[in-house]
Amino acid sequence: MTTTVQTATGATETMVLNMGPQHPSTHGVLRVVVELDGETVVKARPEVGYLHTGIEKTCEALTYSQAITVTDRLDYLAPLSNNLGYCLAVEKLLGIEVPKRAQYVRVLLTELTRIASHLVWLGTHAMDLGAVSVMLYCFREREQVLSIFEMVSGQRMMTSYFRIGGLALEPPPGWLDRVAAFLQTFPSRIDEYEELLTSNRIWKLRTVGIGVLNAKDAVADGVSGPMLRAAGVAYDVRKFFPYSSYEEFDFDVPTRTESDCYARYLVRVAEMRESVKIVRQAAAKIPPEGPIRTDAPGIIPPEREAMKTEMEALIYHFKIFTEGFAPPPGEVYQRIESPRGELGFFVVSDGSPRPCRVKVRAPSFVNLQALPEMAEGRLVADLIACIGTTDIVLGEVDR
Amino acid sequence: MTDPPSPEQYPIVQRLRAWDTQAVTQAAEFRGELTLVLPREHLRRVGTYLAAEPGLEYNFLSDISAVDRLPAEPRFELNYHLLSLPNRQTLRLRVWVSGLTDPTVDSVTSLWPTADWHEREIFDLFGIRFDGHPDLRRILMPDDWEGHPLRKDYPVEGFR
Repeated sequence: MTTTVQTATGATETMVLNMGPQHPSTHGVLRVVVELDGETVVKARPEVGYLHTGIEKTCEALTYSQAITVTDRLDYLAPLSNNLGYCLAVEKLLGIEVPKRAQYVRVLLTELTRIASHLVWLGTHAMDLGAVSVMLYCFREREQVLSIFEMVSGQRMMTSYFRIGGLALEPPPGWLDRVAAFLQTFPSRIDEYEELLTSNRIWKLRTVGIGVLNAKDAVADGVSGPMLRAAGVAYDVRKFFPYSSYEEFDFDVPTRTESDCYARYLVRVAEMRESVKIVRQAAAKIPPEGPIRTDAPGIIPPEREAMKTEMEALIYHFKIFTEGFAPPPGEVYQRIESPRGELGFFVVSDGSPRPCRVKVRAPSFVNLQALPEMAEGRLVADLIACIGTTDIVLGEVDR
Repeated sequence: MTDPPSPEQYPIVQRLRAWDTQAVTQAAEFRGELTLVLPREHLRRVGTYLAAEPGLEYNFLSDISAVDRLPAEPRFELNYHLLSLPNRQTLRLRVWVSGLTDPTVDSVTSLWPTADWHEREIFDLFGIRFDGHPDLRRILMPDDWEGHPLRKDYPVEGFR
C-alpha cells in the first residue's frame, strides 16, 4: 500500500507504518496506520476495536440495575461519570427525581472524578512528551482522590456507587473531612504542575501550534469537551443542559481560542481548578442528614430494617433482585459532561425489565475521529502529542 | 392539571410542516424530548434544512443510534440526536428502515462529517448500509467477521 507523493525534494516513495495496537503512547490498544514521508505524517488512519467487549449487547441481557456495573468499565478513568449518565437516563425513563442530598453527593464525586481523570491525562501526556516527573506528582494526588472513592464506595476504581434513584449506601462519617483535606492541598499542587510545564520551553515547543483543530472543524466532527472548548466554543453540558442540580453551582467554563495542544492543556488545568470550586460548594451544600434514595417502591430496594418487619418490603426486595423493574416503553437520551466531553446514554425501554437498547455516545470515540485532521502534515513526534491531547480511553472508544 | 401541549405545537414542527408538508410523518414527545419521524427518503433533505436554516442551525450531531425492533416491521429504527449550539436546542430525528431487503439509508456525512464513524459502527453492528458514505467498513469487529452482533436475532454469547 505505498503511494508516491510530491514533496519538496521531488517525488518520493512513502512508507506505511503500523503504530500500535501495542504502543505505550496510544494509552491502550489504539492502532494508527500512518503513511510517512520521511518523518512527516502524510496520512494517519486510526483503527479501533481491539478492546471491543460488546458492552452494549451485554446491557440488553442484564436488568436495568445490573447494567450499572458494566458502565463502570466503559471509561475506566471516570467510572462515576458513567454511572451518573446511565442512572440519570434510567431515572428520566422512569420519571423519578433523586433527593437533593444525593444529587449534591453525586456532583461532588463526579467532580472529583473529573480531577482524577484529568490528572491521569496530564501525567501520561506529559510523560509521552518527555516530562516524566509530572506523572509521579499527578498520580500522588490521584491516589488521594481514589482513597476518597474507596472510603465512600469500597472501591477505588469500579465504584458502581450511583444507583438508580440515588446512592448505593450512606457515605461514611468523616468522609467530608477527607475531601476538605484534599481541597486544602490540591490547589497548590496544581500550581506545582503549572510551574513544571506552563512556561517550560520544551513543553511549549512540543505543544504550541501543534495539533490545531479550529472551531468549525471541531463542531463538524462532533468533538466535545475540553478539545472543543480549547477551540473557543463554550459548549459544556453542565451549563447548556444542567443535570443533577448543576444550575445551583457557581463555576466558569474555561475556554481558549488557540485550538492547539497547549490550549487544551491550559483548558484542562483550568477545569481542575473549577472542579475544586464545585467540590467546595457541594461539600458545603450537602445536608448532614436526609434521604439518599428516592421513595419509589418496586424500583428502589427497601431498607434492610424494613424488610425484617414489613411483608411488602420483603416482596419488593425479592422482586427487584429476581426480575427487576420495568420502565414504561419509550426512549431517552441523557447527556452529561464527562471529563472527555459529551457522554450520552440512549436507553430504550420496550416495557420489559431489561433494556431493549443501551447506546453509549462515547466522547473519546467521536473525538478520535479528528486525529487525522490534527496530525496530518506534521511530524511523527507531533502525532504522539495529538493522541495524548485527545485524551482517549479505549474502554470507551471500543465499548 | 392541564394537558401537556401536543407535540404539533412545537415551533420546530410547525416550521417544518410549513416548509414541506411531507417532511414529518409524526411528532412525538416523551419525557420532554421531541422526536420527529421522517420518511427515509427525506432524511438528507430535512437534515440539510435543519443544519443550515437561520434560526434552527442544528450544527452538532451528537449521536446516531440504531435500534432493532424485531419482530416488528420495519425492523430498524435510526435515531439522530441533533444539537443546535447557537440556540441550545435539541432534537431527535427518526427514520424506519425495513429489514426485509438490504437495509439502506442515505448517509449524512456530507452534512455532519462526524456521522462517518457513527454510520460505520451501525453498518458493523446492525448491517445497515449508508448510501454515499465515503468509506463504509467495519469499525469495531474484525473485517472478516460474519453477522451483525447488535441485531436481536444474534445471540448474546455469539454463534457457536
